[in-house]
Amino acid sequence: MESFISLAIALLAAPLFPGIILKVKAFFAGKQGPPLLIKYYTLFKLLKKGSVYSNSTSFVFTLGPVISFASAVIVLFFFPFAGNAPIFSFHSDVIILFYIMGLGRFFTVIAALDTASPFEGMGAAREVFFSTIAELAIFTVLILFYRLTGSLSFSEYFIGETPISLVGVSGALIVFVVVSMFMVLLTENSRVPVDDPATHLELTMIHEVMILDHSGPDLAMIELGAFYKLYFYAAFVTHLIFPFVPANGPVMNTVIFLAIMAAVYATIGIVESIMARFKMNLVPKFIFTSFALVFFAAILTIGVIQ
Amino acid sequence: MDNLLKIKNGAVVDRNAIPNVSNSVFFSSLAEFVKNDGYIVQFFGYIENGINRLIAVVRNRDLYVIETEVGSSFQSLTGSTSEKFHLFEREIAEQFGIIPEGHPWLKMVRYHKNYTGAPDAFGNDYAKEHIPGNYHYFQVEGESIHEVGVGPVHAGIIEPGHFRFQCAGEEVLHLEIQLGYQHRGIEKMMPSVPQKRWPIICESIAGDTSVGHNLCFSQAVEALASLKVDDKSSIVRSIALELERIANHIGDLGALSGDVAFNPPAAYFGRIRGEFLNLLQVLGGNRFGKGLVRPGGVTHVMEEEQIKIVRAKLHELIPEIEHVCDLLFSATTVLARFENTGIVAHEMAKDLGLVGYAGRACGISYDARVAFPTEYYAHLPANENNTTDGDVNSRASVRREEIMHSMQIILQLLEMYEQIGATTGAVFMKEHSLKANSFVVTINEGWRGELSHCVLTDNNGKVQRYKIKDPSFHNWTGLAMSLRNQGISDFPLCNKSYNLSYCGFDL
Repeated sequence: MESFISLAIALLAAPLFPGIILKVKAFFAGKQGPPLLIKYYTLFKLLKKGSVYSNSTSFVFTLGPVISFASAVIVLFFFPFAGNAPIFSFHSDVIILFYIMGLGRFFTVIAALDTASPFEGMGAAREVFFSTIAELAIFTVLILFYRLTGSLSFSEYFIGETPISLVGVSGALIVFVVVSMFMVLLTENSRVPVDDPATHLELTMIHEVMILDHSGPDLAMIELGAFYKLYFYAAFVTHLIFPFVPANGPVMNTVIFLAIMAAVYATIGIVESIMARFKMNLVPKFIFTSFALVFFAAILTIGVIQ
Repeated sequence: MDNLLKIKNGAVVDRNAIPNVSNSVFFSSLAEFVKNDGYIVQFFGYIENGINRLIAVVRNRDLYVIETEVGSSFQSLTGSTSEKFHLFEREIAEQFGIIPEGHPWLKMVRYHKNYTGAPDAFGNDYAKEHIPGNYHYFQVEGESIHEVGVGPVHAGIIEPGHFRFQCAGEEVLHLEIQLGYQHRGIEKMMPSVPQKRWPIICESIAGDTSVGHNLCFSQAVEALASLKVDDKSSIVRSIALELERIANHIGDLGALSGDVAFNPPAAYFGRIRGEFLNLLQVLGGNRFGKGLVRPGGVTHVMEEEQIKIVRAKLHELIPEIEHVCDLLFSATTVLARFENTGIVAHEMAKDLGLVGYAGRACGISYDARVAFPTEYYAHLPANENNTTDGDVNSRASVRREEIMHSMQIILQLLEMYEQIGATTGAVFMKEHSLKANSFVVTINEGWRGELSHCVLTDNNGKVQRYKIKDPSFHNWTGLAMSLRNQGISDFPLCNKSYNLSYCGFDL
């Protein structure tokens, strides 16, 4: 039962949290900011509209939003939100899940290339390049987790009496992972300093430029998929910070979970308010830093565990 | 030099006094002048009694004018002497079908039919294809080369212009800029409309420079109609020009900040820009300074109440602006984006003849307020720029320094205003009889740089030719050069650091 409730919360509340980022940014800019529910309004607005398709696009273009949305949703079914057992889980599901997200990205990219727009081609090239490096960091995290738990499944990482977290036995290592995963979160979800979700300048965009030609419900699907993806990464970081042990009880766990989630989103907002974007050629170095951090942590496990 | 006639900014010259020299003397004099650190203010053609004439206004420390008669072509100086002639010669070819022989890159400027019905210099059929850009763009070839075309319709609320990038991956090898989408034919329109419409048109040459352009226009009419402007009106005009400068600079600093995704200064500057626009409204009833400057003076006399409002607002805003500037210029991530981005070397800037903050950021100290002061500028201190590396950071820093300087001189102007006695009161646009067979050139330092209007009257005192030059005419090439070997993702930032006018160029 808790599994379904926490999944339902994830599916319904994912568009709420980006509103927190906007509110934090507005606070730093001395503005009132858009309403907290702005993303829901946007989604409804988009769903009411029709989609416009360029004559030069093929079925691939319409496939992009569907598959990227589906891939983002699937991942949520496997994640143990607030320490509640996920709906599905099997051995080594993490690897498959990260590649399902890769599949979503692949279709976003080829849908972008399908438009034959030079902007979207550029955005696709950047997205693929940067996420390749981010993948390196993610899989090093998985190697580290494998060394810590001997498992490759979300439910085995984060459920039970001794979940992976800052307060666990290997908490010192997890500090690196938290920082690194937060950097990956910023990269994978096209946030500042890697990308600027608020810009209208096509030439500087990474993710945003790939979806320029999508409209109406297609765009709504892409947006919602992006909210789920961000929710997933934020939940990942949240679980690293706090151990959601069964002793707390499901209600308490859920409350703490949502509070830390809000804090993670607020942190994104703060980061976006206190720093500018990197120059494009510095972005790979930023992502490599996230890799270097977890790689260092992984090296440490060789001595620590054995 | 001997062949050129020395003139004064905004002073009428009898057209018979302008040296009308042979082609060879004309071009050799110009070439020599420009080579010796001379810059072109105006260089344009006109037709009188069926004869093609070229007239050039050039400057070093002084202003000079020279004229010649040409046939259907003339010897281009762009390739042989200086890049400074480049756009001017193309403009002459476009407007009158007079071909600059040997021009290295004879391409249309604004894409329109010439004024005289002469064969088109570029072989275009404007009835068939009426959109600018019927032209084979410069192309780089190679396996890893790709071309990115941006515009003419852009995201956001900017004007139309086409940018064609030749890129190798993220690196821009070449940027070609094609404008002309907003060509309204202002120069051709001016002599044909009643005088009452002149200031309305001039205010709309570039909406963000309405005070600047209108000042140039009004000074030209004042010279031709022998109108005197009293000191108080002069001060109000200077204040308006400075308010326009501050408002635009502040807006651009905010936009630069927004372009690198650093939000707080973008939001603060956005609000502060509004405060300055409101001050313009306090002065003249319009937030963009329209309807304030008219030949002979200003339409609104500044009273005690307005002085009080302006002064109080400035005292309130100066510390705020200092604070937000510090926030922007002390953020390391912002400096990482600004510094060493879009560099134009000092030598290159001199070759191109960049003006305004774009020039000053490259170490060309020319400021028309100092070199050819009009209105009340002769009584005011000059500004100095300390960061002159030619990059985005320099262009941003120069604006910051100019904002601080402008606010100080407005305070000084207010004080001077209070010490002067009576004013002749408000003036309104009416018909003026202009001095016949005369020539006048006016120069002002608009917020973007050197603005210049030039008027020629015929024997009946009718306007024979009205020539307008917005500083953007000089500086667009600077933007193109900034992009050489830059990341294409830095284009918006470079573009914003110049923030050139599309409609001021398109006329």
